[in-house]
Amino acid sequence: MKLNRRIFMGSSAAAMASLSSPAVLADGHGKPRVVVIGGGAGGATVAKYLAKDSKGEIDVTLVEPTRTYFTCFFSNLYLGGFKDIDDLGHTYGTLAAKYGINVVHDWAVNVDRDSKTVTLAGGSKLPYDKLVLSPGIDFVEGAVEGWSIAAQNAMPHAYKGGSQTELLKAQVMAMPEGGTFAMVAPPNPYRCPPGPYERISMVAHVLKANNPTAKIIVADPKDKFSKQALFQEGWANHYAGMVDWIGSDFGGGNVSVDPNAMTITIDGEETKVDACNVIPAMKAGRIAELAGVTDGNWAPVNAADMSTKADADVYVLGDSSQQGDMPKSGFSANSQAKVCANAVRGALTGSKVFPAKFSNTCWSLIDTDDGVKVGATYEATDEKIAKVDGFISATGEDSATRKATYEESEGWYAGITADMFG
Amino acid sequence: MRSTPFLKSALAASFVAGASLAEEIGDADAGETLFSKCKGCHQIGASAEDRIGPHLNGIFGRRAGAHEGFAYSKSMQRAGVDGLTWTAETLDAYIENPRALVSKTRMSFRGIKNPDDRANLMAYLRDFSDNPSNLPEAEPTARATDHDLDPEILALQGDPEYGEYLSNECLTCHQADGSAEGIPSITQWPEEDFVVAMHAYKRKLRPHPVMQMMAGRLNNDEIAALAAYFKDLD
Repeated sequence: MKLNRRIFMGSSAAAMASLSSPAVLADGHGKPRVVVIGGGAGGATVAKYLAKDSKGEIDVTLVEPTRTYFTCFFSNLYLGGFKDIDDLGHTYGTLAAKYGINVVHDWAVNVDRDSKTVTLAGGSKLPYDKLVLSPGIDFVEGAVEGWSIAAQNAMPHAYKGGSQTELLKAQVMAMPEGGTFAMVAPPNPYRCPPGPYERISMVAHVLKANNPTAKIIVADPKDKFSKQALFQEGWANHYAGMVDWIGSDFGGGNVSVDPNAMTITIDGEETKVDACNVIPAMKAGRIAELAGVTDGNWAPVNAADMSTKADADVYVLGDSSQQGDMPKSGFSANSQAKVCANAVRGALTGSKVFPAKFSNTCWSLIDTDDGVKVGATYEATDEKIAKVDGFISATGEDSATRKATYEESEGWYAGITADMFG
Repeated sequence: MRSTPFLKSALAASFVAGASLAEEIGDADAGETLFSKCKGCHQIGASAEDRIGPHLNGIFGRRAGAHEGFAYSKSMQRAGVDGLTWTAETLDAYIENPRALVSKTRMSFRGIKNPDDRANLMAYLRDFSDNPSNLPEAEPTARATDHDLDPEILALQGDPEYGEYLSNECLTCHQADGSAEGIPSITQWPEEDFVVAMHAYKRKLRPHPVMQMMAGRLNNDEIAALAAYFKDLD
């Protein structure tokens, strides 16, 4: 293989440091320490690969508040009745037992980059040599007029996996005959670009079976969206007349909600709704902001290793990062985590650092056995993670192809969750 | 059938354009003699029936694994679902090295390495497909081409350590323990099969879009490294 300059410098600098003064890296304690905050597709993956590949040379601590992690990816399939909620839950026992990761179920509430410590809600402090933040998303306050996190029971966002997803499903199932489901879609950039539209498909699937005269309205601040042609073709084929998508051209961005009255007002027109899914504008998980590595809503990172522009010892993965061309997705976070693990391990132990390669594929389900996908590969440039090549499912594909695409997505779910937790 | 409309229009166009410079893709009589290698399993002609292999009437333009009533291997069914259709180009590659195109095909046949022999055989098969006269006489893909991998590529010794790093990307979908649930297993393949299959994706002979994209940006050394790593993974 060819070694580029960055790799050569990276690994040789790390090797020299570890030969001449391991104390500089390990700061007087034994093994180098990595703290990972967030146990999702980015965090669980980076923790596992660091522990597995360093074979015990690195002390890895994973901080994740929930004991059972419910994936946000595939949560729409739960809404559609294709998965049970239990299918989406994963625990951290294997990461602890098989890979020796110190799994701490607590919230990280502060990061002191000068003393290189993380403070937990329980009060204890975790020192680190390298810190990896993979905290997913939080919502921008005041992004949708009338909605706040206090209203998330009346109008769920269901954009973090778990209880919110279950709540939204219950509300869809409880809709009166011929009732109205509304969605407020988010502006770019946001987690899982096709997610809101797959969700519309899944809600339509459930309503078609249980409540076929019900209506779906989508208020969207965008004038176009991911896989739009595929979704709109699918809605016309499977759910004719049910879905009314109102893009920004028709006032979809001029929206407010009233969670007490259960109304939504789109471009001045008020509608009574029976279930309302508000997906507000997003920003990096709060801990990234507290760590002082964000600029605006997101944390800018270097493409070669996912280190932040603000601090070479702090890395940000997945949805919270501002990296360039990759969509915010579980697949992307998992891909970035592997590049990051390789670079962090190289920096701490002098192991060989290979060039960054990234990829992403997003599958979406439109109806039973009607799956579509979009994907791309990426490389690290000096400016950003840049797209190399990509593909998307075609409109008008035959049913065998669509069925195979759905089956492939199930295979991917099994694969990525085994890669993260197993 | 995703590729059929395209195929038909391409054929129609090339028939008109190519009629005057018609050029036989091969010698069907010589192909008939060669077909004796296939006869143990495949029948062709008026009374042909499915035997160990499916009958080969109308093979040109047929989706792989799609002939009703024949029990194909899972691998062949998957290839068909992924979009593999039998054209002169894909048949040529398949006859040359069946496993390059369909990893676990039940067709236990070593392949025909000589491109002229393959061209002759295809000329014979073509006589039993619909509208053989409409098949592209002069279309470039109708010519047998050398799909065989350069022996130097096959001889490359992969670096398993690099392969392990590169494999991380594969393991987002393909499982390290070899489970095959919706997505095939890629562990413990003979290195040559792995390399040949990845190059078939890279050349877009194998149809799957994700794999074409992933293989498309791997260089020869990287493919060799992955093959070296995965062959021992269990």
